[in-house]
Amino acid sequence: MATTVHEPPKIGPVRGAKTARGNGGWNLVPADGDLRVGERGSPPPASVGVWVGMAAITMSFAAFTSALIVREGASSDWQHFSLPSILYINTVLLLISSFTLELGRRSVARVMSRSQDQAKAPPLWFYVTLALGVLFVAGQYVAWLKLKSEGLYLATNPSSSFFYVLTAAHALHVCGGLGGLVRVIRKLRRSDLRRSTLDATSYYWHFMDVLWLYLLMLLWSKM
Amino acid sequence: MHDMSTHPAQHHHTAPTSFIRKHVFSLDHKVIGKQYYGLALIAVYIGMALSWLMRLHLGWTNLAIPGLQWLSKTGAPGGVMTPEYYLQLMTMHGTIMVFFVLTTAPFAGFGNFFLPIQVGAEDMPFPRFNMMSFWITFVAFIILMTAFFVGDGPPLSGWTAYVPLSAIGAAAGPGQGLGQILWAASIATFCIGQLLGSLNFITTTLDLRTRGMTLMRMPLTVWAWFITSCMGLTAFAVLLPACILLILDHVAGTSFFIASGLVVNGALVPHSGGSTLLWQHLFWFFGHPEVYIAIVPGVGIVSHVLITNMRRPLLSSKVLIGCMATLAFLSYVVYGHHMFVSGMNPFSGLVFSFPTLIITIPATIIVLIWIGSLYGSKIRINSASLFALGFISMFVSGGVSGFFLAQPSLDIYLHGTYFVVGHFHMVMAVAALFGIFTGTYFWFGKMFGRMMNETLGKIHFWLTFVGTYAIFMPFHYLGFAGNVRRYQAFVDDYLQPLIPVHRYITVAALVTGAAQLIFLYNLIHSRFWGPIAPENPWEATSLEWITTSPPPFDNFGGKHIEVFHDPYQYGIEGSTNDYVMQNSPEQIHTERDEK
Repeated sequence: MATTVHEPPKIGPVRGAKTARGNGGWNLVPADGDLRVGERGSPPPASVGVWVGMAAITMSFAAFTSALIVREGASSDWQHFSLPSILYINTVLLLISSFTLELGRRSVARVMSRSQDQAKAPPLWFYVTLALGVLFVAGQYVAWLKLKSEGLYLATNPSSSFFYVLTAAHALHVCGGLGGLVRVIRKLRRSDLRRSTLDATSYYWHFMDVLWLYLLMLLWSKM
Repeated sequence: MHDMSTHPAQHHHTAPTSFIRKHVFSLDHKVIGKQYYGLALIAVYIGMALSWLMRLHLGWTNLAIPGLQWLSKTGAPGGVMTPEYYLQLMTMHGTIMVFFVLTTAPFAGFGNFFLPIQVGAEDMPFPRFNMMSFWITFVAFIILMTAFFVGDGPPLSGWTAYVPLSAIGAAAGPGQGLGQILWAASIATFCIGQLLGSLNFITTTLDLRTRGMTLMRMPLTVWAWFITSCMGLTAFAVLLPACILLILDHVAGTSFFIASGLVVNGALVPHSGGSTLLWQHLFWFFGHPEVYIAIVPGVGIVSHVLITNMRRPLLSSKVLIGCMATLAFLSYVVYGHHMFVSGMNPFSGLVFSFPTLIITIPATIIVLIWIGSLYGSKIRINSASLFALGFISMFVSGGVSGFFLAQPSLDIYLHGTYFVVGHFHMVMAVAALFGIFTGTYFWFGKMFGRMMNETLGKIHFWLTFVGTYAIFMPFHYLGFAGNVRRYQAFVDDYLQPLIPVHRYITVAALVTGAAQLIFLYNLIHSRFWGPIAPENPWEATSLEWITTSPPPFDNFGGKHIEVFHDPYQYGIEGSTNDYVMQNSPEQIHTERDEK
């Protein structure tokens, strides 16, 4: 049961439009589209929190990376294989989902600058992002099936072990992002969405993109 | 001037009404802090009991300990510990103490309770994550405890779980199958709990400081918890993948860590190609920051308590903060000093030894600041200040042996001996424990509304202070006499003369352990029948002392707090008392005030 009490979003007069903060300085939406204007210049906790979370996730994947590099050099049993081509399709899907997420954010800001009612903001682009994210995860599973059909399982070879571990870890974090998107959509429909929640979820989603591009490069160069 | 402080969170939750919400699945950081403290309390007595079992076996190898056979029929038939069971108990002792006591009580326990109050916030920004962090830690504890009761018992590979012993499964010995998997699962779960906790600490410190509370006006305890949570975030995030890879080596047939050609019990291990050293690198990259995670909150608590009892600020709080931050930063580049004799490139010995010697500098500066501030002060003596002084003593005594271990040439001899065990017990275990005791005696009244008994506290201090020296000082002697650690018995001729030393240590350990029961009695008795705690029994100045004991649900009863200066305004000329509360607008003149 929720015990947080949300105040309705305040659309106040713009204070210093050029220096309006509270969105991490990205200023992707018109200043008077701010869902909530910060009273002093401090970032809301969700914005800081998501960066903290991203730092931790980065460290974890750094540990996996160093494990991969050391393991590759430890023995001569590293077997190279070509990555399933669906991975590249999944990459494109994920990149498009970031783009649609940004479209969603802008549409929310546009509606907010015209009317006061969040529920009139169509969550369409968020649904599209969600669908693309689900397709991404499904596509990763298809990639695993492809590898299995070639006889490459988790324990077959260290290279395949790392492939599964890295893609599974990333997919797990993407599922967390999907949960965040669902939360954003529900809050939007209840007119309960805060700017900081939307921002934090978006940053996390874009981070999943960037992380995947890095992992793809790593896998492509090492597998 | 431009105010760098922030507003409290705009969202607040209403007071809970149901028992479950108030005391079990609470979103209140104070309840969560107490839950962590309670978990650490249970863990420390289990860990201590394990140490008694170990010490009894070390002194009298064939001793039948009555009742031990009920804990493990195979491990202690007739109550006599097998060699493997000694190692299993030793592993659990280390694991429980490092993770569930030293990381939990000073950081998660006191930090959760006091960090938001000391920065003037109503709660942490993510209360549900906070609640989850405790219950995830609790689940991790339960998983670890089940290792005692399943299969052939807990793992025997030590709290460091070095591979290949920890990775090849049941062939390695009792407890290395299911027990090791449970260990790794427990630690991985613990990592997740701590990551969620660190998230809350960092965001509270950066975003929820009340009006006027600039970073330089935060108490030293807040700085300590903030720095610790930054370390925790990065260190635990590395241990988690390591544990996952270890579990996969057990259950999935992978070979991340298991090298080729291993023959165990006459059979070739069906894995190959892995890197044995990889585990050590991953583990100690976490492991060294972990020991600073254990000690830095204690540094903050001790500083805070010393200042309050000296009735004057430190020589320089800013330098102390800088030293804590430097310790945290350097802790990532010294981890290889645990691996000098591991077979890694000998040149790396030099690369790790140099920063290890450098890291002694900020630690020494911290001690010198304390000693310099104490000089000429008329410190008030109470249980809290005694344990704070004891912390300094332990930190120095334990720390100086580190100078020897930091040098690869000496470490070749001393690695894996009791010298190391003496070093880390004094500098980390006992010192951090003293930090926990300092915090307990200082803050008990605020947390529970009743004061602890001072007489019992002083008796507890002197017995513990003398007792821990009596236990751990001889360890250094044993170490350079060549006494190898993690041995369950000393059958070599050259170790026979040391057995009486072990027996003496065992007696000291049992007596000192018994003294901890005085603390437990004091804790429980005071909780229910201690004298009612006033709002500010220590005449202290930080924000926790402006609210009731215990604080109300939203910490300050709905009042918006504003602070005007740093929290260490003691002994100020011209002020009404010898102290000025942090939220008092009374004009003060001090060159130490950060503008």
